[in-house]
Amino acid sequence: MKRNLASLVAGLVFGFGLALSGMTHPEKVLSFLDMTGVWDASLLFVLGGAVGVTVITFRFVLKREKPLLAERFIITKETHIDRSIILGAILFGVGWGISGYCPGPAVALLAAPNWELWAFLPAAILGGVAEKLFELRSQQNNEPQPQVATQDAKPVTESPSEGSCG
Amino acid sequence: MSLSAFLPSLLGGVLIGVAATLLLWLNGRLAGISGILWRLFFSKQGDALWRVLFLGGVVGGAALYYALYDDVPVARETFPAWLLVVSGFLVGYGTSLGNGCTSGHGVCGLGRLSLRSLVATVIFLVTAIVTTFVVRHLFGVV
Repeated sequence: MKRNLASLVAGLVFGFGLALSGMTHPEKVLSFLDMTGVWDASLLFVLGGAVGVTVITFRFVLKREKPLLAERFIITKETHIDRSIILGAILFGVGWGISGYCPGPAVALLAAPNWELWAFLPAAILGGVAEKLFELRSQQNNEPQPQVATQDAKPVTESPSEGSCG
Repeated sequence: MSLSAFLPSLLGGVLIGVAATLLLWLNGRLAGISGILWRLFFSKQGDALWRVLFLGGVVGGAALYYALYDDVPVARETFPAWLLVVSGFLVGYGTSLGNGCTSGHGVCGLGRLSLRSLVATVIFLVTAIVTTFVVRHLFGVV
């Protein structure tokens, strides 16, 4: 119960911050990515503000034995920079650079959707789910192949490569 | 632009960092939107609700902001719909394959000093900058 409430509160703060930051305006994101015109440095301040916080707080949080309300931290120990992370980042960069939408703002925009979102978000979900399906299938074909290096045995509720985000 | 014009962006960024801190400190989870969203479709019982609540919170938080300030994003009427579909698919597929997006690799990954996330962040930033140039200036799509 407490954990669910924590998720909701974290989400609320995240969404408010995202909208306040201006990043739910894709043309503002593109004005940052477009180096040739009148450059808008906003995104740099967003990322700087966010990482400025996490780089300090995460140090202390991750020194704890476990989270306050859960049994353990679900974070990958994977450090290998492999082909999929590079190819994935390239494909994401191309998609992001085309429209100015990344997943966070697209979700936040469900609060005030316009036709652009209805073209972008279903396609994004389709792409994300399709890739996860390929991943699951190739893992089933290559069993046993531990892809996740979490702290202890994988509980049944955990999907492959969980916590590797970041 | 004066420096104060960037204040909302900085404050918004700080709030995003606070939210990521809350989720990790309380629940032990990284606030990567792409991972939380794509895995929702594969999550087993007991692993889905926190994702729905977090994502619902993101929508609710943005809704609160839009209710307080007159800043609702307006669609670009001339932007081709098919390009948005292509862009969406690439964003979904790429963030799933690369295990993270701006929030997962950028905010959380850099926060925990992950070299893997730094590499991913530099790659998608550079790729996005090149892509924006090509789309806007070589193909003239705005």
